[in-house]
Amino acid sequence: MWRDARLIAAKDLRVEWVSRVLTTQVVPFGLLVLILFGFGISPDLQTFEPGEATSKVAVLEQVAPGLFWLAVLFSALLAIGRSFAIEAVDGNLDALRLAGLDPAGIFLGKAGAVLVELLLLEVVLGFGSFVLYGAPLDNAVLLVTVVVSATVGIASAGTLYAALAAGLRVRDTLVPLLLLPVLAPVLLGASLATEAALFGPASDGWPWLAALGAFAVLYLGAGILAFGSLLEDS
Amino acid sequence: MTTTGVKGSSEHHDAGNDRSAHTGTRGSRTLGIVTLVSVAVLLLFALVVSPPEATQGDAARLFYIHVPSAIVCLYLAFSITLVGSIMYLWKGTIGWDLIAGSAAEVGVLFLFFTLVTGMLWGKPTWGTYWQWDPRLTSTAVSFVLYLGYLAVRRLDMDPVLRSRRAAVLGIVSFANLIIVRYSVQWWRSLHQGPTLDPLDMQISGVMLFTWVFGVFTMLLVFSWLLLHRFRVAWLEHQLAEAGIDVAIRERRNEAGGDAALGGAI
Amino acid sequence: MGWEYVVPGYLVVFGGLGVYTLTLIRRGRALSRQVSPEKRRFLGEGRS
Repeated sequence: MWRDARLIAAKDLRVEWVSRVLTTQVVPFGLLVLILFGFGISPDLQTFEPGEATSKVAVLEQVAPGLFWLAVLFSALLAIGRSFAIEAVDGNLDALRLAGLDPAGIFLGKAGAVLVELLLLEVVLGFGSFVLYGAPLDNAVLLVTVVVSATVGIASAGTLYAALAAGLRVRDTLVPLLLLPVLAPVLLGASLATEAALFGPASDGWPWLAALGAFAVLYLGAGILAFGSLLEDS
Repeated sequence: MTTTGVKGSSEHHDAGNDRSAHTGTRGSRTLGIVTLVSVAVLLLFALVVSPPEATQGDAARLFYIHVPSAIVCLYLAFSITLVGSIMYLWKGTIGWDLIAGSAAEVGVLFLFFTLVTGMLWGKPTWGTYWQWDPRLTSTAVSFVLYLGYLAVRRLDMDPVLRSRRAAVLGIVSFANLIIVRYSVQWWRSLHQGPTLDPLDMQISGVMLFTWVFGVFTMLLVFSWLLLHRFRVAWLEHQLAEAGIDVAIRERRNEAGGDAALGGAI
Repeated sequence: MGWEYVVPGYLVVFGGLGVYTLTLIRRGRALSRQVSPEKRRFLGEGRS
């Protein structure tokens, strides 16, 4: 299973390296979303800092964690769609299956590649949030672990759901509808934990990190178990 | 509460005037009548007999249908979808798939009612239609979640594959239902100031009875709807199969009687 | 007090239920007509 996973992940990453679709299209999209949030939510809106009755702070800065994760989610939809789009040509998924690759391995490989891609995207978007919203970068340990576990959850759930819609013409409209409600708790946990890491007491964030971890494990497991039967059918 | 569907179509039918062309049976007719009576009684109690609540006044009457519909769809309907999905993946009998889908459809309908009554109850109680309270919020997410499930059931693809994918989705969606419920509840419990929980009411004897009766009625309604939705699904399935049979036969005829390549099916 | 919310609420719910019920019944009848009698019931004879 792991050998197949590595094979698939390497293949997917190599395709990306050569085609550079994510770097030239999805990352700019993510940055664009961050910028558009500034248009939609006025940078001039101010609010009182929580707990302080006198000092004001920009709303945009306060909501930066949530905006960051929203941008990640929307970009992830594209990245995940891309992960399956590269297989659609010439019935690749069938070929992979017939080649005797372990479906669980295919799942882990594809999810793994998406994970790497998303992590790189998040570095860029994180930097973007820092610049655009003035969000401080603090509590590195919590921050990094939150980002990683949330992304593992996004990548595994995303790969699983994309497989459900693989090969269908309606894939691009179906996957967002299916995936986003599933990821709503991830958005929740990641935003709150990130908020805790950047602003509030870091201790608030650890419980949510645990929840994110549980989610990630759950969907890794679900993917490993279900991918086989989903592939069988495509 | 399970259906009281009765075996076989025992109504006689004329060849020319097909009176038995409907989805009712003696059993489901009885269920239907009982349900209607129950609804009437509920309406009587909910709207007339029971008193207005101490703080919320008459707005609390929404509670008699809001909570029962929530219970029905969340605990019952989607559990049926879960079980049906599991059984379908295990046994492969189409009946399981059909009941999973039927339960989900009726469940989504009840979810919609839960949302609407929740918002209408919230307006007089909170002052706004939406308050991001844990129950309503997770209900909204669940609504979209199962809309997605229903969307998958209507995909234009091979029926068997579609049923399998829907079954996987039916199982995972139930897990998501639970995850969403708990995470939203946790979330709102952190950030909630003192917000009015509409369920904080003083309930008298009559009100309690009405509420319980509301649950009972909604269960009856759900059962009747599920039964008939299932029958409709079954009929659709039969038609689809017949369509396939016809297509296969035509194909065979095209290929020429003896020259037909062996074993098309 | 509050009736202006209660009435629409009950209307939506029971009206919606009524509409859905009628739709089901109509669909049931239309489909039944197209399917031969033995195959109409899941628990009937000729279950396939």
